[in-house]
Amino acid sequence: MDDPFAVGGATLKSRLFIGTGKYGADSIIPAVARASGAEVITVAMRRVEKGGRGITAHIPEDLRLLPNTSGARTAEEALRLARLARAAGCGDWIKIEVISDTRYLLPDGYQTARAVELMVREGFVPFPYINPDLYVARDCAGAGAAAVMPLGAPIGTNRGLRTREMIAILIEEIDLPVVVDAGLGKPSHACEAMEMGAAACLVNTAIATAGDPVAMAGAFRAAVEAGRAARLAGAGTARARTDGALASSPLTGFLREPAHN
Amino acid sequence: MEICVNGEKEFLPQSATIADVLAARGNDVNRVVVEINGGIVPRENFAETPLREGDALEVVHFVGGG
Repeated sequence: MDDPFAVGGATLKSRLFIGTGKYGADSIIPAVARASGAEVITVAMRRVEKGGRGITAHIPEDLRLLPNTSGARTAEEALRLARLARAAGCGDWIKIEVISDTRYLLPDGYQTARAVELMVREGFVPFPYINPDLYVARDCAGAGAAAVMPLGAPIGTNRGLRTREMIAILIEEIDLPVVVDAGLGKPSHACEAMEMGAAACLVNTAIATAGDPVAMAGAFRAAVEAGRAARLAGAGTARARTDGALASSPLTGFLREPAHN
Repeated sequence: MEICVNGEKEFLPQSATIADVLAARGNDVNRVVVEINGGIVPRENFAETPLREGDALEVVHFVGGG
């Protein structure tokens, strides 16, 4: 299926972004990346421990890095992290994460939209992680975001598309790719997001903490592809329960009927 | 002289450069980014960037994240 995904000045084949956090052993990441088919992979930026090795050695070189600004609580802190990420030599893409709530890790919409503004001025290509809020999404789009990344459920919860109604509104109203990020726990969740018209999904915890992360990466790949194919195919309309069933097979020519002469 | 690296005090000889600090810490110069007093230092300048008493260094790199 020829279905290129244009985002942030790139054209991607894969609509599954993956993360690099929470793996039992980071050495599995290349196999996960291959199984997922992902072309975009997220990383975080932190202080180096003495002798610390970091994650880059485990990331296949053909993947595009999408560094996040996790740890930032304000737009200015996010901008500082973005500059550091760019200095690391990974390009201009940046996933904006501005969070000060420590229990639910929900993104701060006001600071996030401000961060988009600040970063666009410096030539970054921002991918803001947001609540699926129409006004925040519009502010981010107006400020020059490359996509919006609404959460399906709080980070790391594997709870699925809890925000589906609001995400559906963003898909309808925002003229940017909608990449569903956070909370997708099973391939069926990602599949549903794609059926709804999401442009892509970002999955980290569900793959990293699976019994077999490589197999789960393959399952998410298949689910995202299936959901996208279904979206393009155009789903049939659902009937109200009270309208009853509608036979798929002919209601004539039953063997029990007497033949007409 | 005394400088601060990632929030911790370190004592270095007067002529120390950023490259010296990274070598002493066992960090891979090609995979870290360094800020001095809030300003990013390009990697190619690590070897010739001298440190001064009281400098605050941040040495950061990519780690796993979502």
